[in-house]
Amino acid sequence: MSKVRVLVGTKKGAFIMESDGKRDKWEVSGPHFAGWEVYHMKGSPADPDRLYASQTSSWSGQVIQRSSDGGKTWETPGGGPGKSPQGWPIGESNKFVYDTSEKTGKPLTTHQFYDGTQHPWEFKRVWHLEPSLSDPNTVYAGVEDAALFRSTDGAASWQELSGLRGHGTGPHWQPGAGGMCLHTVILDRNDPGRIYIAISAAGAFRTDDGGATWKPINRGLRSQFLPDQNAEIGHCVHHVAMHPLRPGVLFMQKHWDVMRSDDAGDNWREVSGNLPTDFGFVIDVHAHEPETIYVVPIKSDGEHYPPEGKLRVYRSRTGGNEWEALTNGLPQQNCYVNVLRDAMAIDSLDSCGVYFGTTGGQVYLSPDAGDSWAPIVRDLPAVLSVEVQTLP
Amino acid sequence: MIRVILPPHLRTLAKISGEVTLEVGGRATQRSVLDALEAQYPMLCGTIRDHVTQQRRPFLRFFACEEDLSHESPDAALPEAVVRGSEPFLIIGAIAGG
Repeated sequence: MSKVRVLVGTKKGAFIMESDGKRDKWEVSGPHFAGWEVYHMKGSPADPDRLYASQTSSWSGQVIQRSSDGGKTWETPGGGPGKSPQGWPIGESNKFVYDTSEKTGKPLTTHQFYDGTQHPWEFKRVWHLEPSLSDPNTVYAGVEDAALFRSTDGAASWQELSGLRGHGTGPHWQPGAGGMCLHTVILDRNDPGRIYIAISAAGAFRTDDGGATWKPINRGLRSQFLPDQNAEIGHCVHHVAMHPLRPGVLFMQKHWDVMRSDDAGDNWREVSGNLPTDFGFVIDVHAHEPETIYVVPIKSDGEHYPPEGKLRVYRSRTGGNEWEALTNGLPQQNCYVNVLRDAMAIDSLDSCGVYFGTTGGQVYLSPDAGDSWAPIVRDLPAVLSVEVQTLP
Repeated sequence: MIRVILPPHLRTLAKISGEVTLEVGGRATQRSVLDALEAQYPMLCGTIRDHVTQQRRPFLRFFACEEDLSHESPDAALPEAVVRGSEPFLIIGAIAGG
């Protein structure tokens, strides 16, 4: 029987939850990296026992952890260019250094700061780790301040894909309330050269040549906080999701508005329809039904909790516009948690499982595509991210 | 031998308990002590001072002999008691946050 492994990053450590395909009994391990923020953990599709974790703190910066046994043991991969006097590898796995201009040696570009002035890029943390679809040692990192890095040696060392920052729009990027973060990385199984990324608050971008050149893909987005509401750059994209069998179809939860593109992001249209509010953070797609999508509406940009104190996942079976509230098993009174942008995941069992974590420390599962819900755990630290692996 | 006391979360990361003792070649300064510490525990690179600028992370402080040395030059000599090993060099997580 198949198994599932759920990887949960929280404000105070990581947790790993495993169950058989019934998903009714769970073994929970953790906290791993206790006391640290774990922004994201994800397993390699090419080797499910290879996991990567972004461990970070305001005190001690970034650490990258790697496991080769499904999370039982972890290491901080070394393997930098030098060796310590004792012969140990020099730690480079947490070294994220932005490229400089080849011509001048100076910073590649600056970005717009909160006060409107231009500001240099400063590395803060890794928000998202996206392992390659084919090579367990290749992994992408979306970081704050926004940039995309890649490691081809199992996270031992990192190189920036600086064509993204350098393509010309960088001076117009600006931080959202959570910082200027690259939080979404989507790889295309059908086209190895194609990568989608999203940045708060710059927008969505696409490369078709493996990261050498990039273009903004924001036509159709409207943002009231911009002087030109239809600007090419500056939109606060919260998350983007894609079904692997429909690589040109993208779904986006923006700061406000749920959006859809049918041409790989070249054009977007709003599909918020009858949602009670179109503000939110997460969005995801059913494993077997590419037109079935999920969001968790949040009241507003100033009030990060569900409307009316009712925690409701909304499902559309029509690719947007027509939404139904999913409430069975979710708290329907006095609930004021948030669901952050990387905190929803979908397994690929026959009866598709949907998972999400809350800032109140609950991780909910629906083993029947959203019809009913139950908590796997309910008293973790605030959940930052949820990923799930479907294992043989 | 120079004694260094790390904050708990960095002891966990480096898989050590208690104090660290270091042989520091030449003059003992913040820089030479941290160089020796990172050489012995490579996973600490980037966690106490920035990888690129080598500046102390803002929420960490350096104490010794009941003095705050955080704003001293990284190349200033450490107190003689630290060099002798009678007092530890403390790396402290600031109280900010939680």
